[in-house]
Amino acid sequence: MNCREAQELIHGFTDGELDLVWNLQMERHIHECPSCCATHERLRAMHTVVSDNSLYFQPPAGLEGRLRTRLRKVSGVEDRVWTISASWRGIGIAAALMLCIAGTWQVAMLRQRSSTAETIGQEVVASHVRSLMATHLTDVPSSDHHTVKPLFNGKLDFSPVVADLADRGFVLDGGRLDYLDNRPVAALVYRRRQHVINLFTWPTSQPDLPIEAFDQQGYHAFHWTKSHVTYWAASDLNPKELRQFAEMLRNTE
Amino acid sequence: MLEKAELARFEQAVLPHLGAAYNLARWITRNDHDAEDVVQESYLRALKFFGGFRGENSRPWLLTIVRNTCFTWLRQNRLSDLTTELDEEIHHMEPAPGNPESILLAAAQSELVRKAIEELPPEFREVIILREMEDLSYKEIADIASIPVGTVMSRLARARARLQDLLSGPMTSGVSA
Repeated sequence: MNCREAQELIHGFTDGELDLVWNLQMERHIHECPSCCATHERLRAMHTVVSDNSLYFQPPAGLEGRLRTRLRKVSGVEDRVWTISASWRGIGIAAALMLCIAGTWQVAMLRQRSSTAETIGQEVVASHVRSLMATHLTDVPSSDHHTVKPLFNGKLDFSPVVADLADRGFVLDGGRLDYLDNRPVAALVYRRRQHVINLFTWPTSQPDLPIEAFDQQGYHAFHWTKSHVTYWAASDLNPKELRQFAEMLRNTE
Repeated sequence: MLEKAELARFEQAVLPHLGAAYNLARWITRNDHDAEDVVQESYLRALKFFGGFRGENSRPWLLTIVRNTCFTWLRQNRLSDLTTELDEEIHHMEPAPGNPESILLAAAQSELVRKAIEELPPEFREVIILREMEDLSYKEIADIASIPVGTVMSRLARARARLQDLLSGPMTSGVSA
């Protein structure tokens, strides 16, 4: 490969968009060519600069509330003005729904229990999304794993491993208690740039399982079991980096 | 009542991406007030189209709507921002004066970086935001901006060359912002 070709591909290379073959050729070229290597370094430096948190505009404080109000208004869903008949109708429908849900649940229980990963995955994603919508992301906001760990003392019947991955770009943001798979679990919150990662963990009697992917509604999750502990990592981070995160954790003792 | 469940589903899928929506709108409109208007308008449109959305990735889906609303807004209010002819060619990045250190040094003055990004034409600015800040793939950016993947790459190359000039220039000549 010559420099001309390399310059055509260098953005795709830096952005991780090349296929394996081109990627290897670029790696080889950059290793040999100081000029293209310098361009590559400049592009990486620029990424570091532009992706810095300080340049990311945060929405104004009241925007989410104003938005919810407007959305409710245009879709005709008002939760303030309740007439008596509307509320009775609401209760009726709610009761019917409850019956439906109870029925579906029973059928689901009868069917099989093998889809538990699917069920837990949905719970995990829902819990991840809830944690982002509420202000309650962490009970203890701290990047120090020595501070986060004692939070769970006395509240859980196990002691979760709180890994420090800050030097590899995954900053611990804190921890909170959550409830999944019919039991209290530890939720550790990590950040990668703008992206929040919820790592749910709890003990299990199951044997070790390799890392498996689960996707729902644009969120990605990876789960695995090691030394009788189940882990679920959920985020809107791209799957490649989230998998790296999972692999790092799985390789941590 | 069915609408209420639908609204809840919409809120659950789309509201968590409010930060990304606002960031993109703010960068393209370049002011707080207009960014908020565009975001609100985008969410109303998103709600209207939500029936046709089938649970794929909701962040790029929402950003497509925000992006289109932004450009409609630009055409109506900031026509002069929109360049009539974009240079889409990939020019070879000159072995320019900038080195990684000088770019990182410039970053210490984040106001300088902010200004440099704002000086880009909106078509270049959006690919920078979507790639560098939102980590979207070329394919996702191509879908959002309705341009071919090759154009995504060439716009990124042009945008980065411009940023590099803007960021390296003042540092090497000793003029600080």
